[in-house]
Amino acid sequence: MDMNRRQFFKVCGVGLGASSMAALGMAPPTAYAESIRHFKLTNTRETRNTCPYCSVGCGLILYSQGSGGKNVAQNIIHIEGDSDHPVNRGTLCPKGAGLLDFIHSPNRLTHPEVREAGSNEWKRIEWSEALDRIARLMKDDRDANFIERNDKGQTVNRWLSTGFLAASASSNEAGYITHKVVRSLGMLGFDNQARV
Amino acid sequence: MTNHWSDIQNADLVLIMGGNAAEAHPCGFKWVTEAKARNKARLVVVDPRFTRSASVADLYAPIRTGTDIAFLGGLINYLLENDKIQHEYVVNYTDVAFIVKEGFGFEDGLFNGYDADKRSYPDKTAWGYELDEDGFARVDKSLSHPRCVYNLLKQHYSRYTPEVVSNICGTPQDRMLQVWEAIAETSAPGKAMTVMYALGWTQHSTGSQMIRTGAMVQLLLGNIGMPGGGMNALRGHSNIQGLTDLGLLSNLLPGYLTLPLEAEQDYAAYIAKRTAKPLRPGQLSYWQHYEKFHVSLMKAWYGKNATAENNWGYDWLPKLDIPGYDVLKVFDMMYQGQVNGYFCQGFNPIASFPNKAKVSAALAKLKYLVIMDPLATETSEFWRNAGEYNDVDTAAIQTTVFRLPTSCFAEENGSLVNSGRWLQWHWKAAEPPGQAQTDVVIMGGLFHRLRELYRKEGGAYAEPLLNIDWAYRQPEEPTAEEIAQEYNGKALGDVFDLQSGAQLAKAGEQLSGFGLLRADGSTSCGCWIFSGSWTQAGNQMARRDNADPYGMGQTLGWAWSWPANRRILYNRASADPAGNPWNPEKKRLVWWDGGKWGGTDVPDFKVDSPPADGMNPFIMNPEGVARLFAIDKMNEGPFPEHYEPFETPIGRNPMHPDNPQAISNPAARVFKNDMELFGTAKEFPYAATTYRLTEHFHFWTKHCRLNAITQPEQFVEIGEVLANELGIKAGERVKVSSNRGYIKAVAVVTKRIKPLTVDGQTVHHIGIPLHWGFAGVARNGYLTNTLTPFVGDANTQTPEFKSFLVNVEKA
Repeated sequence: MDMNRRQFFKVCGVGLGASSMAALGMAPPTAYAESIRHFKLTNTRETRNTCPYCSVGCGLILYSQGSGGKNVAQNIIHIEGDSDHPVNRGTLCPKGAGLLDFIHSPNRLTHPEVREAGSNEWKRIEWSEALDRIARLMKDDRDANFIERNDKGQTVNRWLSTGFLAASASSNEAGYITHKVVRSLGMLGFDNQARV
Repeated sequence: MTNHWSDIQNADLVLIMGGNAAEAHPCGFKWVTEAKARNKARLVVVDPRFTRSASVADLYAPIRTGTDIAFLGGLINYLLENDKIQHEYVVNYTDVAFIVKEGFGFEDGLFNGYDADKRSYPDKTAWGYELDEDGFARVDKSLSHPRCVYNLLKQHYSRYTPEVVSNICGTPQDRMLQVWEAIAETSAPGKAMTVMYALGWTQHSTGSQMIRTGAMVQLLLGNIGMPGGGMNALRGHSNIQGLTDLGLLSNLLPGYLTLPLEAEQDYAAYIAKRTAKPLRPGQLSYWQHYEKFHVSLMKAWYGKNATAENNWGYDWLPKLDIPGYDVLKVFDMMYQGQVNGYFCQGFNPIASFPNKAKVSAALAKLKYLVIMDPLATETSEFWRNAGEYNDVDTAAIQTTVFRLPTSCFAEENGSLVNSGRWLQWHWKAAEPPGQAQTDVVIMGGLFHRLRELYRKEGGAYAEPLLNIDWAYRQPEEPTAEEIAQEYNGKALGDVFDLQSGAQLAKAGEQLSGFGLLRADGSTSCGCWIFSGSWTQAGNQMARRDNADPYGMGQTLGWAWSWPANRRILYNRASADPAGNPWNPEKKRLVWWDGGKWGGTDVPDFKVDSPPADGMNPFIMNPEGVARLFAIDKMNEGPFPEHYEPFETPIGRNPMHPDNPQAISNPAARVFKNDMELFGTAKEFPYAATTYRLTEHFHFWTKHCRLNAITQPEQFVEIGEVLANELGIKAGERVKVSSNRGYIKAVAVVTKRIKPLTVDGQTVHHIGIPLHWGFAGVARNGYLTNTLTPFVGDANTQTPEFKSFLVNVEKA
């Protein structure tokens, strides 16, 4: 018999009739499903993280779905403030409360692209092509414009014709490795968001 | 922050000025509420607008934007005139007794040595202390010497009377005096005021000196180093503290080490100049260890290739010919056609930098632009014609733009440094979407390709690139854990105690702290102030013990705070010269127990130095004390002076009405064509200021549905009086224009902005929230930096986003 809970009661009238129908084995198997919602965080995985917006550094708990198996991708479905955290004590502000929509924003970039000179569109390219082309542009510019010595003959080893803006929310580890590479190229036009 | 978020609970008074914590840092602001509950603390807010912070304040004073030095200069005068300073603290822990060189002077708005053509003070030699035969600074503890800092300070600020200040700031005198009186109460030993400021101070052409004036007030009140005190910069992004600590700025190396200038050809001289010897007997002068930090950094970057013979790779570091290639300088060069390539890693300069028209024209002169970002930023599409919001000729823009998708916080392991200097580790919860990669993988990919090209083809000076140490287990994808261990530092050989000879670390071990760093190449450390964050005991940043055994909110077991897990900087100053807390009941932080320093925080001091030895708390300064007189460290002079914003609504500096050179910051750098683009009050009569809303974060959250729903559309705030004058009704669209462009937005007519009387005129403020643009899920809007002027602070070059002139009309 294919009926939902509402139809079931309609058919049976109410009360006694219902229980007798149920006794006959005619109760729908998901009778409770419409009125009681599953707790959505059941069977989620919790991961500790930090809010990427302002500098209060609120603790977060990211709840994701996925079996936990090595080849199962996790999907973050909910974010809460971390109640153990001594600063935010579980709270989030209107910015932090919307973080799930940052992770799943329709404007997240998903593949490398190039906009060629004069063009009005993005063209999808492979990572290897993107990095090969960028490295070639960097080297050609560096080789052409690197300054080993100034007018006085002093060793200066600087590259001014390419610059680099580092981030504001990237991790210390990303920042550290960026600095190591950028400085070894001799770049000086190098700043992070703290400048503004 | 010298202190940290939860320490605000220890304050007796909270001053929010140059910021709006309730709106921009809401979860940190809860500690103000906590201070009210715990200490009956009062909240004082000084701001051009009656902000969300002001709405819960005990005392609110309006102020004209850009005049905070006058307000605080008047406060300094008030404190000195009314004897409301913490005497014992000031005499022992600051430079008031130090005697300044003859030749230092200040006249008609300018300090001695000004060069008007260069717009700077090329000769700052008189801005220093008189030295004795042994090279120590001369002091006069009686404070009677006419050139001791105390008397010079008193003289300088005696001009900032309540009448003068009120005339400049537009703050009614009675309100101003109420604020000063409340603040002055915290001069009592054991009382503390905290100062919470943000970009409302930083983003002015005099921003550094505004902050400095705040710090001087705190020193006079004895509030630096105190629990519930300090100077607390509320940083704007989750890791600009960390990225600054790691030296990602034009002239820095990690840990506030500095790049050499081109004149510094000699390695030994480079080190000697930065190895500050004590300027008073018995002082620690911690930068004496500079070479240990520097050599350990070069060992972390270049491994075995950095040797004593090649001066640890000194030639590999680029040498500066000017103080720095900050973003304004670089974009001006780009505008002149001198830059070919540019990278934006999680940065949206067309939205974040002043004068969008100039920034856009500059980007169009690039040969290549590389964007690394999780989101589709405006900068990545600066070439796209978005109608009125970005009206460009796409076909004429010959820049090749690469857009590389990156992971976001939820998709990687790593650490961020919050405003309170806590390094907090976070864990990956999911894979990034599509083919997005981490910044580490992208930088590694570029590094490997470039190294390969140089190996194959040769080319310009490849040594540093070829000598880089890249011994990561997976060279294409170094892990966050490996990199964190590298910046913490490790022993390359056995490390011994320099005095006793005892072994402190074995070769290969993670170091326990920067005290173990050596200048002989036996240690490596990528960022000395982060040393101690990943020790032999593991990742200290991942610690989660939130216990607070002393009830002081210091939670030493939660995450890890630089330096040395210390939560409050200069905390030795929370105790009197004899080593006892100024306030043993409510403000116990560190103290001398007869044999060593200890307490509720990690002492910011030499732990075995007894009070009787007279070592002073400001151990990073060669003087051992804090500086009210900035010697030669500030570009516009040793004492902060009020200068008008570059676009001033009153057209003159009432402090120096007859000196046109002293209207605006005389030492601020202005590029040639930008000076002409400053507007005057005749055409643009209203003082404008930009700011954030609590529902949005910069230009990111317009990509997020929930935030876009809560604040969907661009608006500007106009006071009722002005709106009536102009016939503008709430909800109508208005056009706001500066001499550089215009925006159109909905008018919010409000009682929260009141006209101020300044220098005999009425000044109206226009409030401009900054969150909209031509990409995102919110309604499209104009980038507010279309309006702002291309000029920065004279020291940091941070743009003057908080004070400029506009006109307003119905759209």
